[in-house]
Amino acid sequence: MSSSNSGNVGIVIVSHSPKIAEGAADMVRQMVGNAVPLAWTGGDIDGGLGTNVAGILEAIAEAWSPAGVAILVDLGGAETNSEMAVEMLPEDRRARVVVCNAPVVEGAVIAATESSGGSSLAAVKRSAEEFYA
Amino acid sequence: MSLDRDIREKLVRALAGSMIEHADELTGLDQAIGDGDHGLNMKRGFEAVLAALPGLADKPLPEMLKTIGMTLVMKVGGASGPLVGTFFMELGKALPEEASRADFVAATDKAITAVKARGRSDAGQKTLLDVLVPVQAVLAEGGDARAIVAEAMGAADRTIPMLAIRGRASFLGERSIGHMDPGSRSAALLIGAAIAALVSEANS
Repeated sequence: MSSSNSGNVGIVIVSHSPKIAEGAADMVRQMVGNAVPLAWTGGDIDGGLGTNVAGILEAIAEAWSPAGVAILVDLGGAETNSEMAVEMLPEDRRARVVVCNAPVVEGAVIAATESSGGSSLAAVKRSAEEFYA
Repeated sequence: MSLDRDIREKLVRALAGSMIEHADELTGLDQAIGDGDHGLNMKRGFEAVLAALPGLADKPLPEMLKTIGMTLVMKVGGASGPLVGTFFMELGKALPEEASRADFVAATDKAITAVKARGRSDAGQKTLLDVLVPVQAVLAEGGDARAIVAEAMGAADRTIPMLAIRGRASFLGERSIGHMDPGSRSAALLIGAAIAALVSEANS
């Protein structure tokens, strides 16, 4: 997991597979450098394939930015667990975290690229979702 | 209905026992139309619930249910954690400490509404809602323990010919037809275990 200090929108990558999450984060880093706060999480609490709310909450905290955080997810459980995590955030943060309806790898790269230019959370989400719509 | 501490502990052990005992069966169902981890996930979650005993049963029923829900949310992993966890959390939030049957009917209705919102789903899509919704209707109509359990088991069976519209099984399209929904089966097992624990207590 890696992050950087920046006022840009943070990106969180959530996959059932820690390897996919980490690999997608590597791709983001290579393409946009350290211009965006970035964190990834993957796997269930026993290290198997899956997602877990505690890991997602940690990743959101790690990628936190005053501009907000965009979460990219892979399959169903990742989305449901991410939405659960968002609801469990303190109220002042809850409205500044969104789950994007986009493919996890491509969406993360596009969202991070958009974020690195200083775009708003809404613009970051839109760019990830529209690219493959 | 007021449940004393011993009954609350018995209830927790019955719920957890049913998931641990049926873990392989649930995983088998999930291998057919999902990703094959439902039994393991539910077992992991309920083992964490068991580990919270005996302190867990010291809590009043609403608090106990909320704690069970939060534990499942944090430990289960997969979509079933937030879905089943939300049910328990919302049930706990909606129930008074001294709950009448009417309170229980109202609270289960609220909890089911929360599960629908969490999964953006409704009955008819081959999910646990296909058990929760008809069982709640039997409860609301005044059905006894036997009728509630029969409806739970029958409702899970009725998911076999259904086409999955939500969740991983929906990726299979028509191939999801002919298999029981694992989430419906676990919901039916939990309902059966809860009723058995409460009824045996009432008769003892």
